Amino acid sequence: MDKHQDDSKINLEYDIIRNDFKRAGEASSDIKSILKKIGIDSKVVRKVAIVTYEAEMNIVIHSYGGNIKVTIKSNNIIIEAYDRGPGIENIPLAMKEGYSTATNEVRELGFGAGMGLPNINKCADDFKIKSTPEGTRLLITINF
Amino acid sequence: MKITQIIENLNLELLSGDKGMEREIKGVYSGDLLSVVMANAKEQQVWLTVQTHINVVAIAALIDIAAIIVVENMDVEEETIKKSNALGIPILKTNKTSYEIAVELYKLGID
Repeated sequence: MDKHQDDSKINLEYDIIRNDFKRAGEASSDIKSILKKIGIDSKVVRKVAIVTYEAEMNIVIHSYGGNIKVTIKSNNIIIEAYDRGPGIENIPLAMKEGYSTATNEVRELGFGAGMGLPNINKCADDFKIKSTPEGTRLLITINF
Repeated sequence: MKITQIIENLNLELLSGDKGMEREIKGVYSGDLLSVVMANAKEQQVWLTVQTHINVVAIAALIDIAAIIVVENMDVEEETIKKSNALGIPILKTNKTSYEIAVELYKLGID
């Protein structure tokens, strides 16, 4: 993780590795503990925890790997999740609750409920998603 | 009610996470689809599940779950135990079903 701070904001960045279920959730856990430490409201912390966890698991389960960047500003938190492909074929479908392309193997572990992007959407004050076969980028804003 | 009290009353087996034993419980959530649990379980609830993968502990930590009760005698993986000990989130085990445990918790006054 890289962390640097200036007057107005804190930047956090994490590499997320494909299929790394053992470490999955560690980036989100680290982000959560930093937010708690600096005194962010617990409702906001919960939203960020859900968003970063779902984004992290999406990268682990569905992508070739990527990263998550979090920028904490004075009145909002920006979360950027980026992966290196293969992209989401149908974004409106992926945004639908219950729709999932996860394998049976992953579903047996309790993943692949088709709730990842819908959960992110619910927690976000602003949510942009862009996907091509070269990669998917999520840009989420959570206001204080 | 504290976790120590539900262990005693429900005859649960404490597998790990002893450090969190004095936590106070405020409610119960039952579910096995991780994203659904993530979205709906609340802090300080006990979570009833058949899932035993290491990520269960990560989710519990992220949303401040008080303890995890693994139902139906599912085997809990070693890595899950280690993570639970590291984070101090108790994992309790029972051979009963989620429904049976939920009913017993309700009778103890947790709603």
